[in-house]
Amino acid sequence: MSAQLRRGIVAGIADGLARIGAHGLFLLQILAALPASLRHYRETVRQIWFTGAMSLVIIMTCGLFVGMVLGLQLYYVLSIFGGTAALGTVVSLSLYRELGPVVTALLFAGRAGTSITAEIGLMRATDQLAAMEMMAVDPIAYVAAPRFLAGIVAMPLLACVFNALGIFGAHLVGVSWLGLDNGTFWSNMTSSVDVWTDVINGVWKSVAFGAVVALIAVFQGYTTAPTSEGVAYATTRTVVFSSIVVLAIDFVMTAFLM
Amino acid sequence: MQVRGLRTVLGRKTIFDGVDLDIPRGKVTAVMGPSGCGKTTLLRHLTGQRRPDAGSIRIDGMDVTGLSRQALFELRERIGYLFQNSALLTDYDVFENVAFPLRQHLRLPEEIIRNIVLTKLEAVGLRGAAGLMASELSGGMMRRVALARAIIRDPMLILYDEPFVGLDPIALNQVLRLIRTLNDTLGVTSILVAHEFSAVARVADLVYLLAGGKIVAHGPPQALRDDPSPWTRQFFGGEADGPVPFQYPARDYAADLGFAADHPSAPSAAARQAAATTRAAEPRA
Ligand SMILES: Nc1ncnc2c1ncn2[C@@H]1O[C@H](COP(=O)(O)OP(=O)(O)OP(=O)(O)O)[C@@H](O)[C@H]1O
Ligand SMILES: [Mg+2]
Repeated sequence: MSAQLRRGIVAGIADGLARIGAHGLFLLQILAALPASLRHYRETVRQIWFTGAMSLVIIMTCGLFVGMVLGLQLYYVLSIFGGTAALGTVVSLSLYRELGPVVTALLFAGRAGTSITAEIGLMRATDQLAAMEMMAVDPIAYVAAPRFLAGIVAMPLLACVFNALGIFGAHLVGVSWLGLDNGTFWSNMTSSVDVWTDVINGVWKSVAFGAVVALIAVFQGYTTAPTSEGVAYATTRTVVFSSIVVLAIDFVMTAFLM
Repeated sequence: MQVRGLRTVLGRKTIFDGVDLDIPRGKVTAVMGPSGCGKTTLLRHLTGQRRPDAGSIRIDGMDVTGLSRQALFELRERIGYLFQNSALLTDYDVFENVAFPLRQHLRLPEEIIRNIVLTKLEAVGLRGAAGLMASELSGGMMRRVALARAIIRDPMLILYDEPFVGLDPIALNQVLRLIRTLNDTLGVTSILVAHEFSAVARVADLVYLLAGGKIVAHGPPQALRDDPSPWTRQFFGGEADGPVPFQYPARDYAADLGFAADHPSAPSAAARQAAATTRAAEPRA
Protein backbone atom coordinates (compact mmCIF):
# COMPACT_ATOMS: atom_id res chain seq x y z
CA MET A 1 0.00 0.00 0.00
CA SER A 2 2.64 2.51 1.04
CA ALA A 3 4.92 1.26 -1.74
CA GLN A 4 2.09 1.90 -4.15
CA LEU A 5 1.57 5.37 -2.71
CA ARG A 6 5.28 6.12 -3.00
CA ARG A 7 5.33 4.93 -6.59
CA GLY A 8 2.32 7.13 -7.32
CA ILE A 9 4.00 10.17 -5.82
CA VAL A 10 7.22 9.53 -7.74
CA ALA A 11 5.28 9.10 -10.97
CA GLY A 12 3.36 12.30 -10.26
CA ILE A 13 6.56 14.27 -9.68
CA ALA A 14 8.15 12.81 -12.83
CA ASP A 15 5.03 13.70 -14.78
CA GLY A 16 5.08 17.26 -13.46
CA LEU A 17 8.76 17.69 -14.30
CA ALA A 18 8.16 16.34 -17.80
CA ARG A 19 5.36 18.87 -18.27
CA ILE A 20 7.56 21.73 -17.09
CA GLY A 21 10.27 20.55 -19.47
CA ALA A 22 7.86 20.40 -22.39
CA HIS A 23 6.66 23.94 -21.64
CA GLY A 24 10.27 25.08 -21.43
CA LEU A 25 11.13 23.59 -24.80
CA PHE A 26 8.06 25.20 -26.30
CA LEU A 27 9.10 28.53 -24.81
CA LEU A 28 12.49 28.17 -26.51
CA GLN A 29 10.74 27.49 -29.82
CA ILE A 30 8.65 30.63 -29.38
CA LEU A 31 11.71 32.71 -28.49
CA ALA A 32 13.52 31.35 -31.55
CA ALA A 33 10.53 32.32 -33.69
CA LEU A 34 10.29 35.86 -32.24
CA PRO A 35 12.35 37.54 -34.99
CA ALA A 36 10.20 35.91 -37.65
CA SER A 37 7.05 36.84 -35.77
CA LEU A 38 8.01 40.53 -35.78
CA ARG A 39 7.06 40.45 -39.46
CA HIS A 40 3.56 39.57 -38.30
CA TYR A 41 3.38 42.53 -35.91
CA ARG A 42 -0.17 43.22 -37.12
CA GLU A 43 -1.15 39.81 -35.83
CA THR A 44 0.39 40.71 -32.46
CA VAL A 45 -1.58 43.97 -32.32
CA ARG A 46 -4.76 42.08 -33.21
CA GLN A 47 -4.07 39.62 -30.40
CA ILE A 48 -3.42 42.42 -27.87
CA TRP A 49 -6.83 43.72 -28.83
CA PHE A 50 -8.45 40.29 -28.46
CA THR A 51 -6.79 39.25 -25.22
CA GLY A 52 -6.41 42.68 -23.64
CA ALA A 53 -9.20 44.98 -24.70
CA MET A 54 -11.81 42.24 -24.74
CA SER A 55 -10.92 41.32 -21.12
CA LEU A 56 -11.47 44.89 -19.91
CA VAL A 57 -15.09 44.49 -18.84
CA ILE A 58 -14.50 41.49 -16.58
CA ILE A 59 -11.31 43.02 -15.16
CA MET A 60 -12.99 46.33 -14.39
CA THR A 61 -16.08 44.77 -12.83
CA CYS A 62 -14.06 42.40 -10.68
CA GLY A 63 -11.60 45.15 -9.71
CA LEU A 64 -14.45 47.32 -8.51
CA PHE A 65 -16.02 44.57 -6.40
CA VAL A 66 -12.71 43.39 -4.93
CA GLY A 67 -11.93 47.02 -3.97
CA MET A 68 -15.32 47.47 -2.33
CA VAL A 69 -14.96 44.23 -0.35
CA LEU A 70 -11.43 45.21 0.71
CA GLY A 71 -12.78 48.58 1.80
CA LEU A 72 -15.43 46.97 4.01
CA GLN A 73 -13.25 44.24 5.49
CA LEU A 74 -10.17 46.38 6.18
CA TYR A 75 -12.30 49.22 7.57
CA TYR A 76 -13.64 46.75 10.11
CA VAL A 77 -10.18 45.39 10.99
CA LEU A 78 -8.64 48.88 11.18
CA SER A 79 -11.47 50.19 13.34
CA ILE A 80 -10.48 47.63 16.02
CA PHE A 81 -7.15 49.45 16.34
CA GLY A 82 -8.65 52.85 15.72
CA GLY A 83 -6.64 53.22 12.55
CA THR A 84 -9.30 53.65 9.87
CA ALA A 85 -7.35 56.63 8.52
CA ALA A 86 -4.88 54.12 7.05
CA LEU A 87 -7.59 52.51 4.89
CA GLY A 88 -6.28 54.01 1.62
CA THR A 89 -2.76 52.87 2.37
CA VAL A 90 -3.67 49.33 3.30
CA VAL A 91 -6.04 48.84 0.36
CA SER A 92 -3.63 50.19 -2.21
CA LEU A 93 -0.67 48.21 -0.83
CA SER A 94 -2.61 44.95 -0.93
CA LEU A 95 -3.75 45.71 -4.45
CA TYR A 96 -0.41 46.82 -5.89
CA ARG A 97 1.71 44.17 -4.26
CA GLU A 98 -0.55 41.16 -4.31
CA LEU A 99 -4.18 41.15 -5.29
CA GLY A 100 -3.89 43.20 -8.47
CA PRO A 101 -1.39 40.95 -10.27
CA VAL A 102 -2.72 37.66 -8.88
CA VAL A 103 -6.46 38.14 -9.29
CA THR A 104 -5.94 39.70 -12.73
CA ALA A 105 -3.83 36.71 -13.77
CA LEU A 106 -6.48 34.25 -12.60
CA LEU A 107 -9.21 36.18 -14.41
CA PHE A 108 -6.97 36.50 -17.46
CA ALA A 109 -6.45 32.73 -17.53
CA GLY A 110 -10.19 32.19 -17.40
CA ARG A 111 -11.14 34.87 -19.91
CA ALA A 112 -8.27 35.06 -22.43
CA GLY A 113 -6.27 31.88 -21.75
CA THR A 114 -9.19 29.57 -22.41
CA SER A 115 -10.09 31.29 -25.65
CA ILE A 116 -6.48 31.13 -26.84
CA THR A 117 -6.35 27.40 -26.09
CA ALA A 118 -9.70 26.65 -27.70
CA GLU A 119 -8.87 28.73 -30.77
CA ILE A 120 -5.47 27.14 -31.40
CA GLY A 121 -6.85 23.69 -30.52
CA LEU A 122 -9.57 24.05 -33.13
CA MET A 123 -7.02 25.26 -35.66
CA ARG A 124 -5.09 22.08 -34.95
CA ALA A 125 -8.19 19.89 -35.19
CA THR A 126 -9.25 21.41 -38.53
CA ASP A 127 -5.75 21.13 -40.07
CA GLN A 128 -5.33 24.92 -40.26
CA LEU A 129 -1.92 24.67 -38.59
CA ALA A 130 -0.91 21.94 -41.05
CA ALA A 131 -2.16 24.14 -43.89
CA MET A 132 0.09 26.98 -42.69
CA GLU A 133 3.06 24.64 -42.58
CA MET A 134 2.28 23.56 -46.13
CA MET A 135 2.27 27.22 -47.18
CA ALA A 136 5.72 27.52 -45.61
CA VAL A 137 4.40 29.71 -42.78
CA ASP A 138 5.67 28.71 -39.36
CA PRO A 139 2.62 28.43 -37.05
CA ILE A 140 4.86 29.08 -34.04
CA ALA A 141 5.82 32.44 -35.49
CA TYR A 142 2.39 33.27 -36.90
CA VAL A 143 0.03 31.83 -34.27
CA ALA A 144 1.91 31.07 -31.05
CA ALA A 145 4.37 33.95 -30.69
CA PRO A 146 1.88 36.82 -31.28
CA ARG A 147 -0.44 35.44 -28.59
CA PHE A 148 2.44 34.96 -26.20
CA LEU A 149 3.63 38.54 -26.73
CA ALA A 150 0.07 39.81 -26.41
CA GLY A 151 -0.21 38.11 -23.02
CA ILE A 152 2.98 39.78 -21.79
CA VAL A 153 1.83 43.21 -22.97
CA ALA A 154 -1.81 42.95 -21.92
CA MET A 155 -1.40 41.50 -18.41
CA PRO A 156 0.40 44.46 -16.74
CA LEU A 157 -1.99 46.92 -18.35
CA LEU A 158 -4.98 44.93 -17.17
CA ALA A 159 -3.49 44.69 -13.69
CA CYS A 160 -3.15 48.50 -13.59
CA VAL A 161 -6.79 48.91 -14.60
CA PHE A 162 -7.76 46.37 -11.94
CA ASN A 163 -5.82 48.30 -9.28
CA ALA A 164 -7.33 51.63 -10.31
CA LEU A 165 -10.87 50.27 -10.16
CA GLY A 166 -10.08 48.52 -6.87
CA ILE A 167 -8.94 51.75 -5.22
CA PHE A 168 -11.97 53.52 -6.64
CA GLY A 169 -14.16 50.81 -5.10
CA ALA A 170 -12.48 51.15 -1.70
CA HIS A 171 -12.85 54.92 -1.91
CA LEU A 172 -16.52 54.48 -2.70
CA VAL A 173 -17.06 52.34 0.38
CA GLY A 174 -14.67 54.11 2.78
CA VAL A 175 -15.27 57.76 1.90
CA SER A 176 -18.67 58.00 0.24
CA TRP A 177 -20.42 55.37 2.36
CA LEU A 178 -18.63 54.99 5.71
CA GLY A 179 -17.69 58.66 5.92
CA LEU A 180 -13.87 58.67 6.04
CA ASP A 181 -12.20 61.96 5.22
CA ASN A 182 -11.37 62.23 1.54
CA GLY A 183 -8.09 64.09 2.09
CA THR A 184 -6.84 61.62 4.70
CA PHE A 185 -7.63 58.69 2.43
CA TRP A 186 -5.50 60.05 -0.45
CA SER A 187 -2.66 61.73 1.49
CA ASN A 188 -2.00 58.66 3.65
CA MET A 189 -1.93 56.56 0.51
CA THR A 190 0.41 58.77 -1.48
CA SER A 191 2.83 59.25 1.40
CA SER A 192 3.31 55.56 2.18
CA VAL A 193 3.11 53.84 -1.20
CA ASP A 194 6.49 53.73 -2.93
CA VAL A 195 6.57 53.67 -6.71
CA TRP A 196 9.63 51.43 -6.95
CA THR A 197 9.15 48.87 -4.22
CA ASP A 198 5.36 48.62 -4.40
CA VAL A 199 4.08 49.60 -7.82
CA ILE A 200 6.95 48.40 -10.02
CA ASN A 201 7.31 45.12 -8.16
CA GLY A 202 3.65 44.48 -8.81
CA VAL A 203 4.17 45.26 -12.48
CA TRP A 204 7.04 42.76 -12.66
CA LYS A 205 4.80 40.16 -11.14
CA SER A 206 2.08 40.76 -13.68
CA VAL A 207 4.56 40.61 -16.56
CA ALA A 208 5.71 37.21 -15.30
CA PHE A 209 2.12 36.02 -14.81
CA GLY A 210 1.17 37.21 -18.29
CA ALA A 211 4.06 35.27 -19.81
CA VAL A 212 3.24 32.13 -17.85
CA VAL A 213 -0.51 32.15 -18.53
CA ALA A 214 -0.03 32.90 -22.23
CA LEU A 215 2.65 30.22 -22.55
CA ILE A 216 0.44 27.59 -20.92
CA ALA A 217 -2.59 28.60 -23.00
CA VAL A 218 -0.68 28.53 -26.28
CA PHE A 219 1.11 25.28 -25.44
CA GLN A 220 -2.10 23.50 -24.45
CA GLY A 221 -3.81 24.61 -27.65
CA TYR A 222 -0.85 23.75 -29.82
CA THR A 223 -0.42 20.23 -28.47
CA THR A 224 -4.09 19.37 -28.04
CA ALA A 225 -5.47 16.06 -29.28
CA PRO A 226 -7.32 16.94 -32.51
CA THR A 227 -10.79 16.02 -31.20
CA SER A 228 -13.66 17.81 -29.44
CA GLU A 229 -12.75 16.04 -26.24
CA GLY A 230 -9.09 16.96 -26.70
CA VAL A 231 -9.93 20.65 -27.01
CA ALA A 232 -12.20 20.47 -23.97
CA TYR A 233 -9.49 18.87 -21.83
CA ALA A 234 -6.85 21.31 -23.06
CA THR A 235 -9.05 24.28 -22.13
CA THR A 236 -9.59 22.90 -18.64
CA ARG A 237 -5.87 22.23 -18.22
CA THR A 238 -5.09 25.82 -19.19
CA VAL A 239 -7.14 27.14 -16.26
CA VAL A 240 -5.93 24.53 -13.78
CA PHE A 241 -2.22 24.78 -14.64
CA SER A 242 -2.30 28.57 -14.92
CA SER A 243 -3.89 28.97 -11.50
CA ILE A 244 -1.43 26.63 -9.79
CA VAL A 245 1.64 28.06 -11.50
CA VAL A 246 0.59 31.70 -10.96
CA LEU A 247 0.13 31.17 -7.23
CA ALA A 248 3.38 29.21 -6.95
CA ILE A 249 5.37 31.84 -8.83
CA ASP A 250 3.68 34.51 -6.76
CA PHE A 251 5.06 32.96 -3.60
CA VAL A 252 8.57 32.70 -5.03
CA MET A 253 8.57 36.24 -6.41
CA THR A 254 7.15 37.71 -3.21
CA ALA A 255 9.88 36.00 -1.21
CA PHE A 256 12.56 37.47 -3.46
CA LEU A 257 11.09 40.91 -4.11
CA MET A 258 10.13 41.78 -0.49
CA MET B 1 9.79 12.39 -58.06
CA GLN B 2 10.81 9.00 -56.87
CA VAL B 3 9.57 6.95 -53.91
CA ARG B 4 11.42 3.83 -52.88
CA GLY B 5 10.64 1.18 -50.27
CA LEU B 6 8.22 3.34 -48.28
CA ARG B 7 7.18 1.74 -44.99
CA THR B 8 4.85 3.25 -42.43
CA VAL B 9 3.23 1.88 -39.32
CA LEU B 10 0.44 3.93 -37.71
CA GLY B 11 -0.72 2.64 -34.38
CA ARG B 12 -0.84 -1.12 -34.85
CA LYS B 13 -1.61 -0.98 -38.57
CA THR B 14 1.02 -1.20 -41.30
CA ILE B 15 -0.13 1.40 -43.82
CA PHE B 16 2.69 1.06 -46.35
CA ASP B 17 4.79 -2.02 -46.80
CA GLY B 18 7.33 -1.32 -49.50
CA VAL B 19 5.71 1.23 -51.80
CA ASP B 20 7.63 2.27 -54.94
CA LEU B 21 6.35 5.15 -57.06
CA ASP B 22 7.73 7.14 -59.96
CA ILE B 23 6.03 10.42 -60.63
CA PRO B 24 7.08 11.93 -63.96
CA ARG B 25 7.73 15.65 -64.22
CA GLY B 26 5.07 17.70 -65.97
CA LYS B 27 2.45 14.95 -65.93
CA VAL B 28 -0.73 14.34 -63.97
CA THR B 29 -0.34 11.24 -61.83
CA ALA B 30 -3.37 9.85 -60.02
CA VAL B 31 -3.27 7.70 -56.91
CA MET B 32 -6.39 5.64 -56.35
CA GLY B 33 -7.30 3.06 -53.80
CA PRO B 34 -9.91 2.01 -51.30
CA SER B 35 -10.87 4.39 -48.50
CA GLY B 36 -8.43 4.23 -45.63
CA CYS B 37 -5.63 2.62 -47.65
CA GLY B 38 -3.32 5.54 -46.92
CA LYS B 39 -3.61 7.95 -49.84
CA THR B 40 -3.71 11.03 -47.62
CA THR B 41 -0.87 9.58 -45.58
CA LEU B 42 1.13 9.13 -48.79
CA LEU B 43 0.67 12.80 -49.71
CA ARG B 44 1.74 13.79 -46.20
CA HIS B 45 4.92 11.78 -46.65
CA LEU B 46 5.61 13.34 -50.03
CA THR B 47 5.46 16.84 -48.55
CA GLY B 48 7.39 16.04 -45.40
CA GLN B 49 4.44 16.58 -43.01
CA ARG B 50 5.03 13.12 -41.65
CA ARG B 51 8.18 11.07 -41.77
CA PRO B 52 7.92 7.43 -42.92
CA ASP B 53 9.44 4.66 -40.84
CA ALA B 54 11.64 3.61 -43.74
CA GLY B 55 12.22 4.39 -47.38
CA SER B 56 13.23 7.40 -49.41
CA ILE B 57 11.31 10.13 -51.22
CA ARG B 58 13.23 12.18 -53.74
CA ILE B 59 12.00 15.37 -55.33
CA ASP B 60 14.46 16.73 -57.90
CA GLY B 61 17.09 14.49 -56.35
CA MET B 62 16.53 15.89 -52.82
CA ASP B 63 15.51 13.41 -50.14
CA VAL B 64 12.44 14.89 -48.44
CA THR B 65 12.67 12.55 -45.46
CA GLY B 66 16.03 14.03 -44.42
CA LEU B 67 15.36 17.75 -44.97
CA SER B 68 15.62 20.26 -42.15
CA ARG B 69 12.57 22.36 -41.33
CA GLN B 70 14.14 25.34 -43.05
CA ALA B 71 14.84 23.39 -46.24
CA LEU B 72 11.35 21.89 -46.16
CA PHE B 73 9.83 25.36 -45.97
CA GLU B 74 11.90 26.47 -48.96
CA LEU B 75 10.70 23.44 -50.89
CA ARG B 76 7.08 24.00 -49.88
CA GLU B 77 7.11 27.51 -51.27
CA ARG B 78 7.08 25.80 -54.65
CA ILE B 79 4.42 23.23 -53.73
CA GLY B 80 0.67 23.63 -53.73
CA TYR B 81 -1.34 21.32 -51.49
CA LEU B 82 -5.09 20.84 -51.45
CA PHE B 83 -6.17 19.37 -48.11
CA GLN B 84 -8.84 16.70 -48.04
CA ASN B 85 -10.87 18.83 -45.62
CA SER B 86 -9.94 22.14 -47.32
CA ALA B 87 -8.36 23.53 -44.10
CA LEU B 88 -9.29 27.15 -44.81
CA LEU B 89 -8.34 29.70 -42.17
CA THR B 90 -11.70 30.34 -40.53
CA ASP B 91 -10.70 33.78 -39.19
CA TYR B 92 -10.34 35.21 -42.69
CA ASP B 93 -12.63 35.79 -45.63
CA VAL B 94 -12.25 34.06 -48.99
CA PHE B 95 -10.07 36.79 -50.44
CA GLU B 96 -7.63 36.81 -47.52
CA ASN B 97 -7.49 33.01 -47.50
CA VAL B 98 -6.41 32.93 -51.11
CA ALA B 99 -4.09 35.91 -50.66
CA PHE B 100 -2.47 34.43 -47.54
CA PRO B 101 0.54 32.73 -49.23
CA LEU B 102 1.22 35.88 -51.28
CA ARG B 103 1.11 38.19 -48.29
CA GLN B 104 3.32 35.91 -46.22
CA HIS B 105 6.14 35.48 -48.70
CA LEU B 106 6.11 38.33 -51.20
CA ARG B 107 6.00 42.08 -50.77
CA LEU B 108 3.58 43.00 -53.52
CA PRO B 109 1.54 46.15 -53.99
CA GLU B 110 -2.07 45.69 -52.93
CA GLU B 111 -3.28 46.17 -56.49
CA ILE B 112 -1.24 43.26 -57.83
CA ILE B 113 -2.31 40.96 -54.99
CA ARG B 114 -5.89 41.87 -55.82
CA ASN B 115 -5.41 41.05 -59.48
CA ILE B 116 -3.76 37.69 -58.85
CA VAL B 117 -6.32 36.62 -56.25
CA LEU B 118 -9.30 37.63 -58.36
CA THR B 119 -7.86 35.83 -61.38
CA LYS B 120 -7.51 32.59 -59.43
CA LEU B 121 -10.95 32.97 -57.89
CA GLU B 122 -12.40 33.58 -61.36
CA ALA B 123 -10.77 30.35 -62.52
CA VAL B 124 -12.68 28.39 -59.87
CA GLY B 125 -15.86 30.41 -60.40
CA LEU B 126 -15.88 32.16 -57.02
CA ARG B 127 -14.80 35.71 -57.77
CA GLY B 128 -18.19 36.88 -56.52
CA ALA B 129 -17.66 35.11 -53.18
CA ALA B 130 -14.43 36.96 -52.36
CA GLY B 131 -16.07 38.84 -49.50
CA LEU B 132 -17.66 35.84 -47.76
CA MET B 133 -16.16 34.42 -44.58
CA ALA B 134 -14.68 30.93 -44.85
CA SER B 135 -17.40 29.65 -42.50
CA GLU B 136 -20.15 30.90 -44.82
CA LEU B 137 -19.19 28.57 -47.67
CA SER B 138 -20.63 25.23 -48.70
CA GLY B 139 -18.36 22.19 -48.86
CA GLY B 140 -17.96 22.38 -52.62
CA MET B 141 -17.18 26.11 -52.45
CA MET B 142 -14.56 25.45 -49.77
CA ARG B 143 -12.91 22.88 -52.04
CA ARG B 144 -12.64 25.45 -54.80
CA VAL B 145 -11.35 28.22 -52.54
CA ALA B 146 -8.75 25.81 -51.19
CA LEU B 147 -7.87 24.93 -54.77
CA ALA B 148 -7.43 28.60 -55.66
CA ARG B 149 -5.19 28.99 -52.60
CA ALA B 150 -3.12 25.94 -53.58
CA ILE B 151 -2.34 27.35 -57.01
CA ILE B 152 -1.99 31.02 -56.06
CA ARG B 153 1.81 31.07 -56.33
CA ASP B 154 1.99 29.03 -59.54
CA PRO B 155 3.83 26.13 -57.88
CA MET B 156 5.90 23.56 -59.75
CA LEU B 157 4.25 20.67 -57.95
CA ILE B 158 0.63 20.47 -56.89
CA LEU B 159 -0.89 17.74 -54.74
CA TYR B 160 -4.65 17.44 -54.79
CA ASP B 161 -6.31 15.36 -52.08
CA GLU B 162 -9.75 14.55 -53.51
CA PRO B 163 -10.37 17.77 -55.46
CA PHE B 164 -13.68 16.54 -56.92
CA VAL B 165 -15.55 15.95 -53.68
CA GLY B 166 -18.77 17.95 -53.45
CA LEU B 167 -18.51 19.49 -56.93
CA ASP B 168 -21.52 19.67 -59.25
CA PRO B 169 -20.97 18.51 -62.85
CA ILE B 170 -20.31 22.06 -64.11
CA ALA B 171 -17.77 22.87 -61.40
CA LEU B 172 -16.22 19.42 -61.85
CA ASN B 173 -15.69 20.10 -65.56
CA GLN B 174 -14.20 23.48 -64.75
CA VAL B 175 -11.80 22.02 -62.17
CA LEU B 176 -10.77 19.21 -64.50
CA ARG B 177 -10.03 21.72 -67.22
CA LEU B 178 -8.09 23.85 -64.72
CA ILE B 179 -5.91 20.94 -63.62
CA ARG B 180 -5.23 20.00 -67.23
CA THR B 181 -4.50 23.59 -68.25
CA LEU B 182 -2.04 24.10 -65.41
CA ASN B 183 -0.22 21.07 -66.65
CA ASP B 184 -0.27 21.85 -70.33
CA THR B 185 0.59 25.53 -70.09
CA LEU B 186 2.85 25.78 -67.05
CA GLY B 187 4.33 22.28 -67.07
CA VAL B 188 3.26 21.68 -63.47
CA THR B 189 3.69 18.23 -62.00
CA SER B 190 0.43 17.13 -60.42
CA ILE B 191 -0.42 14.34 -58.02
CA LEU B 192 -4.09 13.64 -57.72
CA VAL B 193 -5.94 11.50 -55.20
CA ALA B 194 -9.50 10.78 -56.24
CA HIS B 195 -12.17 8.13 -56.26
CA GLU B 196 -14.05 9.08 -59.45
CA PHE B 197 -12.45 6.97 -62.16
CA SER B 198 -14.32 8.71 -64.99
CA ALA B 199 -12.92 12.08 -63.87
CA VAL B 200 -9.46 10.68 -63.28
CA ALA B 201 -9.45 9.07 -66.72
CA ARG B 202 -10.01 12.50 -68.27
CA VAL B 203 -7.01 14.24 -66.69
CA ALA B 204 -4.48 11.68 -65.52
CA ASP B 205 -1.56 10.49 -67.63
CA LEU B 206 -0.72 7.77 -65.20
CA VAL B 207 -2.65 5.98 -62.47
CA TYR B 208 -1.33 4.09 -59.46
CA LEU B 209 -3.63 1.75 -57.62
CA LEU B 210 -2.78 1.41 -53.94
CA ALA B 211 -4.23 -1.40 -51.84
CA GLY B 212 -3.16 -3.39 -48.83
CA GLY B 213 -0.01 -1.29 -48.31
CA LYS B 214 1.37 -1.91 -51.79
CA ILE B 215 1.05 -0.61 -55.33
CA VAL B 216 -1.00 -3.34 -56.97
CA ALA B 217 -1.29 -1.88 -60.45
CA HIS B 218 -0.19 1.13 -62.45
CA GLY B 219 -0.34 2.45 -65.97
CA PRO B 220 -2.29 4.85 -68.15
CA PRO B 221 -5.97 5.00 -67.14
CA GLN B 222 -7.31 3.18 -70.21
CA ALA B 223 -4.82 0.33 -69.85
CA LEU B 224 -5.63 0.05 -66.16
CA ARG B 225 -9.36 -0.24 -66.78
CA ASP B 226 -8.82 -3.12 -69.19
CA ASP B 227 -6.21 -4.72 -66.94
CA PRO B 228 -7.21 -8.31 -66.19
CA SER B 229 -5.67 -8.51 -62.69
CA PRO B 230 -8.15 -9.29 -59.91
CA TRP B 231 -7.18 -6.10 -58.02
CA THR B 232 -8.09 -3.70 -60.79
CA ARG B 233 -11.13 -5.67 -61.91
CA GLN B 234 -12.56 -5.68 -58.44
CA PHE B 235 -11.71 -2.05 -57.64
CA PHE B 236 -13.09 -0.55 -60.83
CA GLY B 237 -16.01 -3.00 -60.92
CA GLY B 238 -16.89 -1.93 -57.38
CA GLU B 239 -17.36 -5.48 -56.11
CA ALA B 240 -17.29 -6.18 -52.39
CA ASP B 241 -15.52 -9.53 -52.66
CA GLY B 242 -11.99 -9.92 -53.93
CA PRO B 243 -8.43 -9.21 -52.91
CA VAL B 244 -9.19 -5.55 -52.05
CA PRO B 245 -10.87 -5.62 -48.63
CA PHE B 246 -14.03 -3.54 -48.25
CA GLN B 247 -14.08 -4.17 -44.50
CA TYR B 248 -11.57 -2.59 -42.17
CA PRO B 249 -9.69 -5.58 -40.63
CA ALA B 250 -12.04 -7.03 -38.04
CA ARG B 251 -12.92 -10.03 -35.94
CA ASP B 252 -15.25 -12.63 -37.28
CA TYR B 253 -18.65 -10.97 -37.89
CA ALA B 254 -20.71 -13.70 -36.20
CA ALA B 255 -18.45 -13.66 -33.15
CA ASP B 256 -18.71 -9.86 -33.00
CA LEU B 257 -22.50 -10.09 -33.01
CA GLY B 258 -22.37 -12.55 -30.11
CA PHE B 259 -22.95 -15.84 -31.96
CA ALA B 260 -20.49 -18.62 -31.36
CA ALA B 261 -17.95 -18.75 -34.17
CA ASP B 262 -18.74 -22.46 -34.71
CA HIS B 263 -22.51 -21.94 -34.92
CA PRO B 264 -23.75 -24.08 -37.82
CA SER B 265 -25.50 -21.15 -39.57
CA ALA B 266 -22.45 -18.85 -39.29
CA PRO B 267 -19.75 -19.74 -41.78
CA SER B 268 -16.31 -19.44 -40.24
CA ALA B 269 -13.95 -16.63 -41.21
CA ALA B 270 -11.67 -19.07 -42.99
CA ALA B 271 -14.54 -20.44 -45.08
CA ARG B 272 -15.71 -16.95 -46.07
CA GLN B 273 -12.16 -15.95 -46.92
CA ALA B 274 -11.75 -19.05 -49.07
CA ALA B 275 -15.01 -18.33 -50.87
CA ALA B 276 -13.93 -14.77 -51.53
CA THR B 277 -10.57 -15.79 -52.95
CA THR B 278 -11.99 -18.44 -55.26
CA ARG B 279 -14.58 -15.99 -56.55
CA ALA B 280 -11.88 -13.43 -57.23
CA ALA B 281 -9.69 -15.95 -58.99
CA GLU B 282 -12.46 -17.12 -61.32
CA PRO B 283 -12.53 -15.33 -64.65
CA ARG B 284 -15.50 -12.98 -64.91
CA ALA B 285 -18.42 -14.34 -66.94
N1 LIG C 1 -3.15 9.07 -36.20
C1 LIG C 1 -3.41 7.82 -36.64
N2 LIG C 1 -3.18 6.76 -35.85
C2 LIG C 1 -3.42 5.51 -36.28
N3 LIG C 1 -3.90 5.22 -37.48
C3 LIG C 1 -4.17 6.23 -38.33
C4 LIG C 1 -3.94 7.59 -37.95
N4 LIG C 1 -4.28 8.37 -38.98
C5 LIG C 1 -4.71 7.55 -39.95
N5 LIG C 1 -4.66 6.26 -39.56
C6 LIG C 1 -5.03 5.09 -40.36
O1 LIG C 1 -4.29 5.17 -41.53
C7 LIG C 1 -5.03 4.66 -42.61
C8 LIG C 1 -4.86 5.57 -43.79
O2 LIG C 1 -5.45 6.81 -43.57
P1 LIG C 1 -5.58 7.87 -44.76
O3 LIG C 1 -6.22 9.08 -44.22
O4 LIG C 1 -4.25 8.04 -45.39
O5 LIG C 1 -6.57 7.11 -45.76
P2 LIG C 1 -7.06 7.56 -47.19
O6 LIG C 1 -6.56 6.56 -48.16
O7 LIG C 1 -6.73 8.98 -47.45
O8 LIG C 1 -8.62 7.35 -47.07
P3 LIG C 1 -9.82 8.23 -47.71
O9 LIG C 1 -9.94 7.82 -49.13
O10 LIG C 1 -11.02 7.79 -46.92
O11 LIG C 1 -9.49 9.67 -47.51
C9 LIG C 1 -6.45 4.50 -42.12
O12 LIG C 1 -6.72 3.11 -42.05
C10 LIG C 1 -6.49 5.10 -40.75
O13 LIG C 1 -7.24 4.27 -39.90
MG1 LIG D 1 -7.74 10.69 -47.59
